Amino acid sequence: MIALDAGLAALIVALGVWVIRARSAFAAVAGFLAYGLLLTLVWVRLHGVDVALTEAAIGGGLTGALLIGAAARLRETEVAARSEQPGRIVHVAAALAAIAVTAALAVGVLTLPVPAPSLAQEVAANLAVTEVGNPITGVLLAFRAMDTLLEAIVLLFALIGVWSVAPDGVWGGRPGPQHRLDPNGILAYIARVLPPIGIIVGMYIFWVGADHPGGKFQGATILAAMWLLTIMAGLTDMPPISRRWLRVGLVAGPLAFIAIGLYGAMAAGAFLAYPVGFAKPLIVVIELALMPTLALVLALMLAGAPQRSAVR
Amino acid sequence: MSDATIFGLCAAVLVGLGVYGLIVDPQPLRKILAFNVVGSGVFLLLGAIARRGAGAGFGGDPVPQALLITGIVVAFSATALAVALLLRLHDETGSVTLSSDAPPKSASDADVDGA
Repeated sequence: MIALDAGLAALIVALGVWVIRARSAFAAVAGFLAYGLLLTLVWVRLHGVDVALTEAAIGGGLTGALLIGAAARLRETEVAARSEQPGRIVHVAAALAAIAVTAALAVGVLTLPVPAPSLAQEVAANLAVTEVGNPITGVLLAFRAMDTLLEAIVLLFALIGVWSVAPDGVWGGRPGPQHRLDPNGILAYIARVLPPIGIIVGMYIFWVGADHPGGKFQGATILAAMWLLTIMAGLTDMPPISRRWLRVGLVAGPLAFIAIGLYGAMAAGAFLAYPVGFAKPLIVVIELALMPTLALVLALMLAGAPQRSAVR
Repeated sequence: MSDATIFGLCAAVLVGLGVYGLIVDPQPLRKILAFNVVGSGVFLLLGAIARRGAGAGFGGDPVPQALLITGIVVAFSATALAVALLLRLHDETGSVTLSSDAPPKSASDADVDGA
């Protein structure tokens, strides 16, 4: 299996070189998509199936889609940028800096302490209390629930950041271009046939996350993708970001999370602590509340800043 | 050589590659890509460390693996914010140059002041 791992690592480094050195940005982003898929395989090899699902859905998938869209819009700026190539000295200095960083990290990798420090034993010993079968979900929503709460809030702040670069005239309007519906086109056909299946798969990945690889992030990404698909096909349109239901949906998940945290402070003596016997139901409630919020946030972040006025 | 060591070294190379691209490429979009390569290298390094912490019936230490999921999602949100800023810069000035000594003559000054 060493040969497989080494081959995979070599392929990833080669794709990394392509992403950095490819002549056109579009080709680089295409390489980045393949790079993300190969990384997904690496996560499976490293026994992190939950991480692999996240990488495929968000690291490769959503980020790739976002960058492809940006590369297409910025295509005409590439020629001008070529004349700004830094000189030979900068190239050599950058190469030296890169080699130094790589060497320092490689030395670190080769001199990691033996035996390796690990919290696996503690997780295994305490997982039963949470009544959750998947250790990752146990860490995300019980042992390190604070990280997950802050992450949900960071996502919201990032979305506010994305929105706030909108020009004044279209503030509160609809993100992204208006897509024209071709009623007999293949895209409209797929956008009608795929979402029912996608919604089932997304909900399954979300629900199974309690005991097996999966969870709300991966499930929410699939739901977001299904929504975006119907929008790209022109079957529906992006809502204006000033819509009340949209804003309520965006804060509902984190607010429910905080409310349960405060309930823990009263009932179990610490913020985000769960009373004995209530851990699993509370975790399920948090995940159910976060899922729609995450799907909305991820889809809206991909759509970008508002571009069209709401009134039309 | 264990799988954790192989992918740990792979991660070190990826971080170096990303640092190189970040410095050398003048296009902001390519810098964002390079930054994502650095990020994935850092994630892979943490993944290799998680793999070394295998035990208690788990193939890897679940704590760093859970942090990785958080990290990947946050990296996406940071990328989305960077791309939004970049696209606005492009809409506003018609160019995406980061160069301070050669502002684009076409639209920049007049349009920004007039807006």
